[in-house]
Amino acid sequence: MNRLRPLLIFQFFTALCFAEFEKDFQLKLILAEPGDTIKLESGLFPILGTLSMEGKEDIVIRGAGMNGTVLSFAGQVEGAQGLSITNCTNITLEDFTVQNAKGDAIKCQYVDGITFRRVKAQWLGGPKPTNGAYGLYPVQCENVLIEHCVAIAASDAGLYVGQSKDIIVRFSEAFDNVAGIEIENSTRADVYGNNVHGNTGGILVFDLPDLVVKEGKQVRIFDNIIKDNNIDNFAPEGNIVGKVPSGTGIMVMATEQVEVFDNTIINNKTAGTAVVSYYITEEETKDSQYNPYTSAIHIHNNIYRRAPQIPTLDHDIGLLLFVRFFREVPDIIYDGMPDPKYVGDNGLIPDSRRLCIADNNEAGYLNLDISKNFESWYSPFMADFNTDDNECNCTQEPLPEVILNIDR
Amino acid sequence: MFLGKKMLVAVCTSSLLFSSHPILDHALPRLSDYGFFQEPMKNQIPIDGILPYTIASPLFSDYAEKLRFIHVPDQVAISHTADHTFNFPAGTFLIKTFYYPSDFRKPDGARRLIETRLLKKTETEWLAMPYVWNAEQTEAVLALAGDRTDVSWIHGNGKAMNVLYSIPNMNQCKSCHVYNNIQQPIGPKVRNLNMDFVYDDGTMNQLEKWVSSGILDPLPDINTLPRTVNYSDNFDGTLDNRARAWLDINCAHCHRRGGPAETSGLYLDLEENDPTALGVNKPPVAAGRGAGDRMYTIVPGHPEESIMDFRIRSTDPGIMMPELSRKLVHTEGVELIQAWIRNMPKGE
Repeated sequence: MNRLRPLLIFQFFTALCFAEFEKDFQLKLILAEPGDTIKLESGLFPILGTLSMEGKEDIVIRGAGMNGTVLSFAGQVEGAQGLSITNCTNITLEDFTVQNAKGDAIKCQYVDGITFRRVKAQWLGGPKPTNGAYGLYPVQCENVLIEHCVAIAASDAGLYVGQSKDIIVRFSEAFDNVAGIEIENSTRADVYGNNVHGNTGGILVFDLPDLVVKEGKQVRIFDNIIKDNNIDNFAPEGNIVGKVPSGTGIMVMATEQVEVFDNTIINNKTAGTAVVSYYITEEETKDSQYNPYTSAIHIHNNIYRRAPQIPTLDHDIGLLLFVRFFREVPDIIYDGMPDPKYVGDNGLIPDSRRLCIADNNEAGYLNLDISKNFESWYSPFMADFNTDDNECNCTQEPLPEVILNIDR
Repeated sequence: MFLGKKMLVAVCTSSLLFSSHPILDHALPRLSDYGFFQEPMKNQIPIDGILPYTIASPLFSDYAEKLRFIHVPDQVAISHTADHTFNFPAGTFLIKTFYYPSDFRKPDGARRLIETRLLKKTETEWLAMPYVWNAEQTEAVLALAGDRTDVSWIHGNGKAMNVLYSIPNMNQCKSCHVYNNIQQPIGPKVRNLNMDFVYDDGTMNQLEKWVSSGILDPLPDINTLPRTVNYSDNFDGTLDNRARAWLDINCAHCHRRGGPAETSGLYLDLEENDPTALGVNKPPVAAGRGAGDRMYTIVPGHPEESIMDFRIRSTDPGIMMPELSRKLVHTEGVELIQAWIRNMPKGE
């Protein structure tokens, strides 16, 4: 068992000679044992290939500060991710930056207990379609905590949690991304205290078809500042996030049990908050288990403010809003596509399954009623839209707080 | 040396040298320590009890050639299941050496051995161990963290080629070899082995050879067993068979139900039959710029509109598929997939 020791020592010292930070870090990731903390020095470290950790338990990777330790993937020649963490339990990432990864900055898959704390994912040079897709990217994980993190200029979502369960995203900042924060096909997520500004869309809660984890629910979005999310959509075409209109504050699509409250939603030029079915994407799906509708959406006690300005003209809905409302676009936009399975014999939907809107300082409302008004290209321009939110005058039981099973 | 000092600090503060990772119980420092090969080791002639083998359709890895061997301990044998997968006994080694001929037009001429990868079956799991050959070609040394090396050769068309070849680290080995979170071999399956091989004592079907050597439990008549076609042989099977064989070995280790890329909903194993899961008119999920401004993985009749074509032709690490194992484009494979998509019935 000790035959390897001299070899390892030898490899270390050859590593020293060649100053191979990357090789040393990777070897530590491979040989780490439960309870270990892998410490990273302060400095800018060029990395050429994906760093990976696999099958570990109780490991901390700790840098010397978000701006102190920078792993730069500008010269990356292999692997799509910066850092990849798979099949692990109870992992903490703290105090470092992953910069200019060719694909996703940090991807975690099949991890139970993943904490990102003071971690930054960034692409230098601002929004570009050639930037990587996701900043912090836990997928198929449980017990996910993202706090005091920063995501800048991802060409899809800056802070993205997909196909996961029990999630908290808090006290973080996202800007210059297509989507600032996205919760996708995930169950029980609390998103709060974040500053989400200058993205194409601020916070997205989506369920998408053809995925392994079929649906998400129980997402609370509260106490966030969601401001000026008006940059042009720079997602490479073919991506669903490319359908998000520039100027979207919050977008809830094809999902259920979402509570949006106590947020400050300012100057998102096209839609302060959009509640829409998958039909709005005009994509087809053959996924028979997929539910394209929204239900049980509760929007209350938010502050909406919006200076008069024209909505995006790069998107059909934006064009329509421009023609109908010019510079005074309503704050909350609903596509009017309730889940038919909740429509009773009397044509009514119980309050617990509706879109409920209450106490949002007189936010403007618009029901696009797309099933009636979008039959031909000109019909929405002729249609008579309902802008009276009395039809959403109801309340719902608060969703429960998310409790994580993480011990640090 | 500036970074060197930092490294020294990193080493001193590391608990690494005291690690008890299970790999340290199994990995020997040098390839010669295992005694798999007769000396000189570079000739890659195995000792008795180790059988060479090949598979019908290999993974493309930057045109590297591969020599494969299997060792099964005495007195035990590989069993197999009704769905034609193998159960390997503890102590099994799968040995794969990657090399480049100096000139591909002279395949038996001078060559450079790059790395030998071992998969060892322990009582509980498969372990992956990469060994890197030295310049003198006398020894290969364990490299858990992988390595990179420049390789150049004369290609089959007479053109000089070179590549910064990557030797995967232990985790990268697993990133392809993982299925339902358990590390597994990829190539050695009934359908991939069901073909003739030229042994020293004559040509024989590999499965029959394994049975007659006592390393594999008896099988039904091999003519009743599935067989993967050779995607490089235009006369083996249909265009669909060959394209699916190429996708199976190059993509399906991740892109299958239970594989690491199952989040994409794109499943490319030979057993998949759902057209959407195979990519037909399927929008991407998280492809990012990998989508290349194209809308669907496969647009029947139109490779130039299909994301699959874009990604297998790319060499950008953020776009290319597969993510590992290549830096170059597999031109022949791309042409095969393009022909396959072009010949798909439209309007499906």
